[in-house]
Amino acid sequence: MKYRLPFNLPAAGVSALAMALALPASAQGVVNVFNWSDYITPEVLEQFTEETGIQVVYDVYDSNDTLEARLLAGASGFDVVVPTATFMQRQIAAGVYQLLNRDLLPNIANMDEALMNAAATHDPGNEHGVIYMWGTTGIGYNIDMVAERLGEDFEVDTWDMVFDPEVAGQLADCGISWLDSPTDMFPAAMAYLGLDPQSTEAADFEAAAELLQSVRDTVRYFHSSQYISDLANGEICVAVGWSGDVLQAAERAEEADRGVNVWYAIPSEGAMQWFDMLAIPADAPNPENAHAFINFIMKPEISAEITNYVWFPNANAAAFELVDEEIRTDPAIYPTPEVTETLFTGVTYDSRTDRLVTRLWTRVRTGQ
Amino acid sequence: MNRLSDNALWRATARGFAAIGITGRTLVIAIPMLWFLVFFLVPFLVLGRISLAEAIIARPPYTPLFERAADGTLSIIASLENYWFLWQDTLYRNAYLSSIRIAAISTICALFIGYPIAYFIARSPEPRRTFLLLMVVLPFWTSFLLRVYAWMGFLRREGVINNMLIWLGVIDQPLVMMQTDLAVYIGIVYTYLPFMILPLYANLTKLDGALLEAANDLGASPVVTFFTVTLPLSLPGIVAGSMLVFIPAIGEYVIPALLGGPDTLMIGRVLWDEFFSSRDWPVASAVAIVMLVLVVAPIMWLQSTQDRRELD
Repeated sequence: MKYRLPFNLPAAGVSALAMALALPASAQGVVNVFNWSDYITPEVLEQFTEETGIQVVYDVYDSNDTLEARLLAGASGFDVVVPTATFMQRQIAAGVYQLLNRDLLPNIANMDEALMNAAATHDPGNEHGVIYMWGTTGIGYNIDMVAERLGEDFEVDTWDMVFDPEVAGQLADCGISWLDSPTDMFPAAMAYLGLDPQSTEAADFEAAAELLQSVRDTVRYFHSSQYISDLANGEICVAVGWSGDVLQAAERAEEADRGVNVWYAIPSEGAMQWFDMLAIPADAPNPENAHAFINFIMKPEISAEITNYVWFPNANAAAFELVDEEIRTDPAIYPTPEVTETLFTGVTYDSRTDRLVTRLWTRVRTGQ
Repeated sequence: MNRLSDNALWRATARGFAAIGITGRTLVIAIPMLWFLVFFLVPFLVLGRISLAEAIIARPPYTPLFERAADGTLSIIASLENYWFLWQDTLYRNAYLSSIRIAAISTICALFIGYPIAYFIARSPEPRRTFLLLMVVLPFWTSFLLRVYAWMGFLRREGVINNMLIWLGVIDQPLVMMQTDLAVYIGIVYTYLPFMILPLYANLTKLDGALLEAANDLGASPVVTFFTVTLPLSLPGIVAGSMLVFIPAIGEYVIPALLGGPDTLMIGRVLWDEFFSSRDWPVASAVAIVMLVLVVAPIMWLQSTQDRRELD
């Protein structure tokens, strides 16, 4: 290599000069991404920087509440955020997001129309966001520990696992965790009771709260991300969790090879299907880079790469064939049409319902 | 420019400042005052103002303080409704009481553990004393969060303590220690123990040895000497240490969130819920203001009684 040095030296000097000149104007600059924890593969970010020259500043959260507080405070400094569609609807009303510029998003043609239409119930015309990943809220469980307590033949695809006092009571000793997310837990409880999971009636929430309270003593803890590692370590045996997170736990358990077997079930009484959306805050410092990032994610091969890593399905029709067969054919990740029939989507609550839900949730969680 | 005129210039400047009321003394006080204004009073006023508003879906998510009506009249919108709301719902009262209880029990535990340690260090010969003090302060060199996570490793079902006890044959089933109140007490006492030890140590090293000798000469046993001489004289240290543990423990959020169970009710968590889950900044602000008053009022009372005692 040594002999090439003299030739490269001026070039290096020129490019350094160019960089120095470019820096103040931040020609390529950065994109500040705020996404859920364990929700992307780091290689994708590197590939994005390689292709566009835009640096990615990446930060994570584990609840919609955290994201919303940052956005409502204003001047969050983020260019791309990933709210769940139900939360996004209210945030749009608060004026948090800017309209997407479709001219900068040619890859939007790859998206699955049916799923985008489902998301459009929260964001009419998909004007503010495109689907990043989607998933279901169901039950993650330790196969052996559950079989040991309930018998080999027990059908695990039921909310009985956590909401039936008798069944949950038998599982309590090996550890049950619930999502610390009332907007996931209340609709699940309503579905179990045979109520409309999209209800916003106070009486239905009271009924759901009563059910949850009757089994809360079986719950080891309420948390929305801790269960991933705890399921994988055998620290807990049942978790109400998000599909891909549970399956990540299953994969980690398999990699660790310590005899822990984890799997995911979509309860037959009905489970929530949710969409996480890529959106751009109204005051994003680099909106063009944000569009470039979103467009990059919508490339079929990139969407597939992320799904192969996080085990959440994407909404990219062109990417489906590129997803590993093992994942693409797994009904726990891509539910079968029959199961899809039983899924329901979330609703956005008004502020009175919100307060009721939070209050009831505190009562469930603390017994107060 | 020679030294003399330099000096004269300086004096003239000082006189100029004095004329408009700025003296050396005000300049010295200015820094802490400014600090107090910027980092306490202004945020406190902002909180107070938000606590009088009403939550709405907007950015920021609360009603403005002033509203200009169509005819141009400016009206102030403020209500104490949020405070009334806190008073009506037993949740908040219980959360305040439970926080005070957890903080009080932790403080007492820290005192019982910290006092003997401080006493021992204060009685140690010089080189060893420095070393022991260093050992007390050493944990501060690692992140607080990391230390709490380390406790999770100890207390877990498959954690160090359970594995050790099972290996020793003391228990066959792992004990459930995580997500209990016990874990919260352990976390708080462990974290704040140095704040108890250091003021006690400072107090105990200043204890006049002649007093102890006098007590001994007059026939008091070591135990009697401790309770009649050492303990009363170390009371200011006990008060200072207890305050340093009690006050931050009341508002503690991280330790109960990581180590505590679902029924560990503390005001820090309730505040978090109001702010993040209910998205009700006004009520969250009211919770914070009430907490501040609850913590500050007893300290001010204590301070004033102490001042009075010193005057007597």
